[in-house]
Amino acid sequence: MASMRDIKRRKGSIQSTQQITKAMKLVSTVKLQKAKSRAEQTNPYSNYMYRTVTSMLAKSGGIDHPYLKKGDAAKKAVVVITSNRGLAGGYNSNITKLVMGSSDFSVQDAEIYAVGNKGREALERRGYNIKEDDSAIIESPSYEEAAGLCKKILEAYTKGEISEIYLAYTHFKNTVSHEPTLIKLLPVEIDEKDVEEAAASANALMNYEPSEEEALDMIIPKYVTSLFYGALVEASASENGARMQAMDSATSNAEEMISDLTLKYNRARQGSITQELTEIIAGASAIS
Amino acid sequence: MADESKVFKIEIITPDRVFYTGEGDMIEFTTASGDIGVYKKHIPLTTVLAPGIVKIHKEGEEDILAAVHSGFAEILPEKVTLLAEIAEWPDEIDKGRAEAALKRAEERLANKTEEIDIVRAEFALRKALIRLDISK
Repeated sequence: MASMRDIKRRKGSIQSTQQITKAMKLVSTVKLQKAKSRAEQTNPYSNYMYRTVTSMLAKSGGIDHPYLKKGDAAKKAVVVITSNRGLAGGYNSNITKLVMGSSDFSVQDAEIYAVGNKGREALERRGYNIKEDDSAIIESPSYEEAAGLCKKILEAYTKGEISEIYLAYTHFKNTVSHEPTLIKLLPVEIDEKDVEEAAASANALMNYEPSEEEALDMIIPKYVTSLFYGALVEASASENGARMQAMDSATSNAEEMISDLTLKYNRARQGSITQELTEIIAGASAIS
Repeated sequence: MADESKVFKIEIITPDRVFYTGEGDMIEFTTASGDIGVYKKHIPLTTVLAPGIVKIHKEGEEDILAAVHSGFAEILPEKVTLLAEIAEWPDEIDKGRAEAALKRAEERLANKTEEIDIVRAEFALRKALIRLDISK
């Protein structure tokens, strides 16, 4: 049986760990609230963007535009959004697993645009080609920064260096459930059903100025940027949600260990007192 | 009281927030091919925005002004939606910053070198001019 001093020391160390996890939980709760309200505020914009693009594509079904068909290049761009810091449960490893398990691209033909250190490190170790690292963006996502990165990727796309653009991020369903998601940004892919719906609506009479091609030319990059920005904001909400959960369970685990150790400590204390008493009594009876 | 038959819905949405929702009888804004004014029952039109001032008129009320930089507008007979990447109210604009940006952009354009992105500098110049114009 461990000595009283050992148990006490161990208990103290777990207690201080618990204090840290407790504080981290509080911090990520506050951050989650902020990120969540931001994610909600970006929704109208990206939803509207999606509707507009859908109705444009519904109307201009047969249009021949580079953004709508697959290029010839062998390389494919994959934007991977993870976090810069760990201690968020399975948040980062879920994304890397998703990227590695995807059948759309392989280690050889994927060019990773990493947003978030953790994902970059994990994919680098497994031999993926890291084309760009913009990990600072995820700390506090802003639309300008998202647009900056998008511009770089779109340039590579229009130059024909890459044939497809994928985006891996964690979709924020609600505070407790986050889903790693992989979507294809370009060429634009839109649900058939949505296209049919849009074709049936009044928007089908839409005119475009200056011309349809030019409008597409200008709206598609904005559409991609809005998706990307939405993904960034959602990922940051998911990260904080995941961290909050991880820290919450760490705190309750520590609580459990502490109560276990307290019990052990008390037993050891009782044992030592009993032993002392027995010794005294034995000594006293020997004298008399 | 505004005439019901003239009033239509107006929405300005940016990536960060729903910037404005309301009603008006006429909205003026700048598109890539020039300034336009839109009344109710306009033909459906999607058009590309250029940096400019958006003016929303409503009878019996003061005009609402805002600066909008890049995006596009979707015009429907009963509703106009502006999807703007950046939109600002006049009182949100930092005049000092806009003036500094104006100066910087002018300098860049004045001593043109190979490295600078002229399109970008021109865009910055226009943005700064609009910000100053509206915040007067």
